[in-house]
Amino acid sequence: MTEKLHFDFPIERERYELQEAPSYRFETDRREFFRYLGAGILIVCAAKATRAGQESGGGRRPSGEALPQEISAWLHVGDDGGVTVFTGKVEVGQNIRTSLSQAVAEELHVSVAKIQIVMGDTQLTPYDRGTFGSLSTPVMNLQLRRAASAARDVLINLAATQWQADRTRLVAADGRVTDPTTKKSVEYAALVKGQQLTESLPAVDPLAPAAEWTVAGQSLPKVDGRDFVTGKHQYPSDQKIADMLYGKIVRPNAFGATLISVDTRAAEQIPGVTVVHDGNFVGVAGPSETISQTAAATIRAEWKSDRQPSSKELFEYLKKNVLPRDPDDTPPQIVGAVETALVAADHRLQQTYTVAYIAHAPLEPRAALAQWNGDRLKVWTGTQRPFGVRSELASTFHIPEDHVRVLMPDMGSGYGGKHTGETAIEAARLARAANRPVKLTWTREEEFSWAYFRPAGVIEITSGMRKDGSVTAWEFHNYNSGEAGIRTYYDIPNQKIEFHPTKSPLRQGSYRGLAATANHFARETHMDELAHVAGMDPLEFRLRNLQDERLKAVFTAAAQKFNWGRAKTGAGQGFGIAGGCDKGGYFATCAEVSADRQSGDVKVVRVVTAFECGAIVNPDGLRNQVMGANIMGLGGALFEAIEFEDGRILNGRFSKYRLPRFSDVPEIEVVLLDRKDLPSAGAGESPIEGIAPAIGNAIFNASGVRLRSMPLVPDGLKSA
Amino acid sequence: MATITQLNVNGTSRSVSANSQESLLIVLRDHLGLTGSKYGCGEGQCGACTVLIEGTARRSCITRVGTVADKRITTIEGLATGDRLHPLQQAFLDEGAMQCAYCTSGMIMSAVSLLNGNPNPSVSDILDSMEGNICRCGTQPRIVAAIQKAARNQKGAGQ
Repeated sequence: MTEKLHFDFPIERERYELQEAPSYRFETDRREFFRYLGAGILIVCAAKATRAGQESGGGRRPSGEALPQEISAWLHVGDDGGVTVFTGKVEVGQNIRTSLSQAVAEELHVSVAKIQIVMGDTQLTPYDRGTFGSLSTPVMNLQLRRAASAARDVLINLAATQWQADRTRLVAADGRVTDPTTKKSVEYAALVKGQQLTESLPAVDPLAPAAEWTVAGQSLPKVDGRDFVTGKHQYPSDQKIADMLYGKIVRPNAFGATLISVDTRAAEQIPGVTVVHDGNFVGVAGPSETISQTAAATIRAEWKSDRQPSSKELFEYLKKNVLPRDPDDTPPQIVGAVETALVAADHRLQQTYTVAYIAHAPLEPRAALAQWNGDRLKVWTGTQRPFGVRSELASTFHIPEDHVRVLMPDMGSGYGGKHTGETAIEAARLARAANRPVKLTWTREEEFSWAYFRPAGVIEITSGMRKDGSVTAWEFHNYNSGEAGIRTYYDIPNQKIEFHPTKSPLRQGSYRGLAATANHFARETHMDELAHVAGMDPLEFRLRNLQDERLKAVFTAAAQKFNWGRAKTGAGQGFGIAGGCDKGGYFATCAEVSADRQSGDVKVVRVVTAFECGAIVNPDGLRNQVMGANIMGLGGALFEAIEFEDGRILNGRFSKYRLPRFSDVPEIEVVLLDRKDLPSAGAGESPIEGIAPAIGNAIFNASGVRLRSMPLVPDGLKSA
Repeated sequence: MATITQLNVNGTSRSVSANSQESLLIVLRDHLGLTGSKYGCGEGQCGACTVLIEGTARRSCITRVGTVADKRITTIEGLATGDRLHPLQQAFLDEGAMQCAYCTSGMIMSAVSLLNGNPNPSVSDILDSMEGNICRCGTQPRIVAAIQKAARNQKGAGQ
């Protein structure tokens, strides 16, 4: 049910979060590192808190011993003074490249400009399951701080030996070790000259407490920001190599369709074009994007597919198609006796909530450039799981994983939508046939249809409450949307909480916040309904049923900034509040809406989100994440929904699928609570989860109309 | 079909060999290696491909190259003067107005066009003229702040 990692909050299982185990363990030889990196100091981090280190009382293993089997990251200090860090995590816009640089700079006492981070290259970086689940900060930030701290200790030891000085009085600062007594000082670069020292990290290292941070904890701008404002940065879709062809795939006319017949003769006549027909796969590679498009358009393909459900019948379909639980799925969580408590309650409330499929719509569609060299394959692609894509490629093309290298240039976002390797496989298939490198960039329409969606879901809640507003019974059934954030953080003595897997008409998978958005929407809407039944203020009602101090703190902070409880100043004005916790982040969101029942127009006027995720690594980066999550969440809250029928997406383009635009964006204020006494958690996901119920509750407050489906007002309020 | 052989891009005459019906975006990216302009939707709905034609914002993905063969084309790569960033590029950096930044070049080009025609835009002018540009990461408030800052800085520099 929960996996306790080496940080302080539980990670709930999420069945849609792809996270397969490594198919083989990375093994390496320290000499290989130095051959590649040159002389210096190498610090190797074990992927798990090393048992060996713990058993031996926390002492470091001596240099030269075999490296740990499972490595999570390594760090090299070179004799040019440069620091190179290797991690399998990837940068997708969440600003992790910058915040990891800060962590290293903090412990190693070098300037951020000296640090280069190599990310998501399966040949150069250690295995990593992927960048998802808000784990990069709690896991990798900590690992790299430890590595940097160890490197600093090695450097101080080198200086102490050189100077025959007591190491405890030496100070590391600004890329130098200094002896304050003798005033001797030496640069790191000079210290490591000619050295090939390796340290393998133990589990625990004394780290600078957050209260003493000087670089971490500051608002450092994006480390390579200049490359982005000048157009210099090369995203996956910008990659180009000599001799490269452009790929284009002929898509089926429905999901799950089988190819009956295909006529590729016209395409084959076009000079420079290679046509591939292999089972259900039909594609072309040609000397330009335009020629490949033209060639693909000449191909006549006939497909056969089965009847499939439509979005109109989605929620009935989910309820009717419940599947048995997998052994790994969370079993029902039962506390007390919910049936008895329901009978004894003064008020009972039963409601159903629904959540539509929505699309990630990353602005950069999936793209891959594939290059074969004999039976060795190199692919540049946008993915949150470079090592997962490597496995997919190896298995698809029947080659060993070490013959495949996947590189992930910092990409144009993912939001959980780029976990899989279809584009890489398609480009590689075309490249193998053409015997030339092939780049494939999905069109927007392909991205909408052939990627995957955030799971849709039906949530049924039955609750019981005493007259005084204490919730005594809570029965919660989630159909399909998933398990993240399913448990209630309210203090309810009798609970039954159950996830029901179902068949899904569409391919579904990870998404920013994933099921926690649906579960918070249902729970926080229902709590608002109960507050109304009890005749209590929604905030007061929540605080009454809440023990968790961290959650209370964000509710109070958001309410204070929002000036919760103030009188309305106009017709159609409404205020709503919602909050929760997920993946180590605590959030509360207040929303003000203006709802016009005549025209049906709903405008979100103002949003305040209070957020707490332990010690803050980069306040400006965090504000940017929290604000962005609110704006992205606004789309799913108000109008985003995938429409589909008989295996086809009906609104799969930007002119048909409405995304939040400038005029939709309310005034947004972010209140950050910095808990320097708590470990840093990730923040890319959980702040997206409060906005939908906050807006829904505000619409009720404005109009008396209770909305229980996400999106809330795809066609305005009148249709509700 | 007519072939386009010359384009005036970023103040330089560039040789190309493109079918006049091809999209300007493809020619910029694939023929001239100017990949700062991005593909986002191919239907002029997201603004990631925005360039300037004679100083005015245009969606290059739906612009046929034949229609701009004799026009001045400016892309994000042509905005800075040597090492000195354009005031809008600097303002986007100063305000941290990006996350994944895939939309950034299109945002900056749209904003340059706005300030070319309206050096002192109101917030509502900014929202109106940026409505066709999508930032999926949700940095719109910072983008508005960056445009306001650049407008102030340009005014300061001009006096």
